[in-house]
Amino acid sequence: MLARLSRWFDRRGWADILIGAPYLWLLIFFLLPFLIVAAMSLGTKTPTAPPISFGGEYPLLNWDSYARVLGDGLYLRAFLTSLANAGLAMVLCLLIGYPMALGLCRVSNGWRNILLMLVILPFWTSFLLRVYAWMGLMGRNSWFNRLLTDSWNLLVPVDWAVKSVPMMNTNFAVVLVMVYTYLPFMILPLYASLERLDPTLDEAAMDLGSRPFQVFRDVTLPQSVPGIVAGGMLVFIPAAGELVIPTLVGDASSPMIGRLISDEFSAARNWPMASAVAVVLLLIMVVPTMIYSHYQAKAEGSK
Amino acid sequence: MNRRPVFLITVLCFGFAFFYIPILSMIVYSFNASRLATVWGGFSTKWYVSLMSNRQVIEALMLSLKIALVSATIATILGTMTGITLARFGKFRGRMLFTGLVTAPLIMPEVITGISSLIFFILMADWIGWPGSRGFTTITLAHITFSMVFVSTIVQARMLQADRAIEEAAMDLGSRPWQVLFDVTLPVISPAILSGWLLAFTISLDDVVITSFTTGPGATTLPLLIWSKVKLGVTPDINALATLMVLTVGMGVVVAGIVMNRAEARRRADERMAYRSND
Repeated sequence: MLARLSRWFDRRGWADILIGAPYLWLLIFFLLPFLIVAAMSLGTKTPTAPPISFGGEYPLLNWDSYARVLGDGLYLRAFLTSLANAGLAMVLCLLIGYPMALGLCRVSNGWRNILLMLVILPFWTSFLLRVYAWMGLMGRNSWFNRLLTDSWNLLVPVDWAVKSVPMMNTNFAVVLVMVYTYLPFMILPLYASLERLDPTLDEAAMDLGSRPFQVFRDVTLPQSVPGIVAGGMLVFIPAAGELVIPTLVGDASSPMIGRLISDEFSAARNWPMASAVAVVLLLIMVVPTMIYSHYQAKAEGSK
Repeated sequence: MNRRPVFLITVLCFGFAFFYIPILSMIVYSFNASRLATVWGGFSTKWYVSLMSNRQVIEALMLSLKIALVSATIATILGTMTGITLARFGKFRGRMLFTGLVTAPLIMPEVITGISSLIFFILMADWIGWPGSRGFTTITLAHITFSMVFVSTIVQARMLQADRAIEEAAMDLGSRPWQVLFDVTLPVISPAILSGWLLAFTISLDDVVITSFTTGPGATTLPLLIWSKVKLGVTPDINALATLMVLTVGMGVVVAGIVMNRAEARRRADERMAYRSND
């Protein structure tokens, strides 16, 4: 018996265990919970515990929650707000991150290692505290807000003068903090793809009479598209489902979808509604994920 | 290109100012004597003193460290198994689903992962009586699940770079497959396993959203404690706590970076020596 077990282990048992353990773990603790959520979205809210039931003639064909997601303006607005905020944050990250990544490629080796460490450092420090740091800057009485207020009042006619710049609890604050927290996700893939470029191509283009901007537009930019896509998706995907940032600095009257899901679930105790919104959000997320993996596969193929 | 890239250097300076001014401002205001968090009222270290005697903060920190240690260790074991499987086993039945399961937690919005874990735990308690109450165990299980895929990504990338010839040589010399795994593969990828563990540890230590859904009465981690206070606004004692956390992690990362750089340089030097002595 023991000998047979040992032979099985040598032949394929060790491999089965290696595959099986993490497989089983993800099936139980990731796939199963998600399938339960998908099933919940077809249920009905009840005042029991757990607050859900599956009734009617066709218990699993109750699409009411989905009808509300598509029909109720609240949900559509939340989806649009989320996509707009995440899209804006992605574009701003690209506009700031691209020259920074390019700059990192151009500084000396010693500086580059230090600066790269400085890009990665915020990523290791607490996400929550990075959001919190901006709460301190944006508040009405903070030195930063007063600085902005004073410069605004100096520049515009007296009639337009303001007491303070309204920043907290606006969509502007959400986008600003998103750019701040997700910028490293943009810089690092961009740097990785720019660093690989052959500098002699730039020189060749220069020798053939291109001006620096033309070199950038015709040589550097097209070659960095995989980095742009990777960085863009790494910013967009987490930003669209963000919960912490809109809760702390966002506008409660135009909630983002992550906050809406959480509110439906915890405050309203409406599990079917929260689940339906979650499923729709995931379906929307499939599109950027496909784009991302398409370019990843292409980048790996060209290596 | 012999022109100095003035524009790029300027953007870099502004970029790093953007990165670090909020954090520096937070550090400065943690030494603020005034109770109003954003108005300067003179230098003081009183918030640090009151922090040191705050039992709640210390207990939350201990719970966070405990969860991070346990979840990072199990996540590293499972993630390493996953990474090796995906890099070495080629096609096997159910690989498509497995790849999907490993990728999905990376893109799943945290709020959805949190809610689905909570619903899962509630229903399980209803159906089979487990878990009896939510807290340390449920938080740890949820953390393992979403941090193991990060470990797996790192390990898989390292495995794809590693030289398979060494493993084949060990096989040819008569090692059994699992001996190859423990004696050859794991030592070769050990730096990746270590960075995977560190990443899993920090992810767990930092998580708010998933923890807030999977926690139960009495189990308050440090991020949850900060989260509940921060929702009410900016306070000087959170500034002090944040400063301590940022400085601890910052120093840790810098030291780890230096140590890893040195180890890498030494390894390269050793390799050069080895090749030279072969000639």
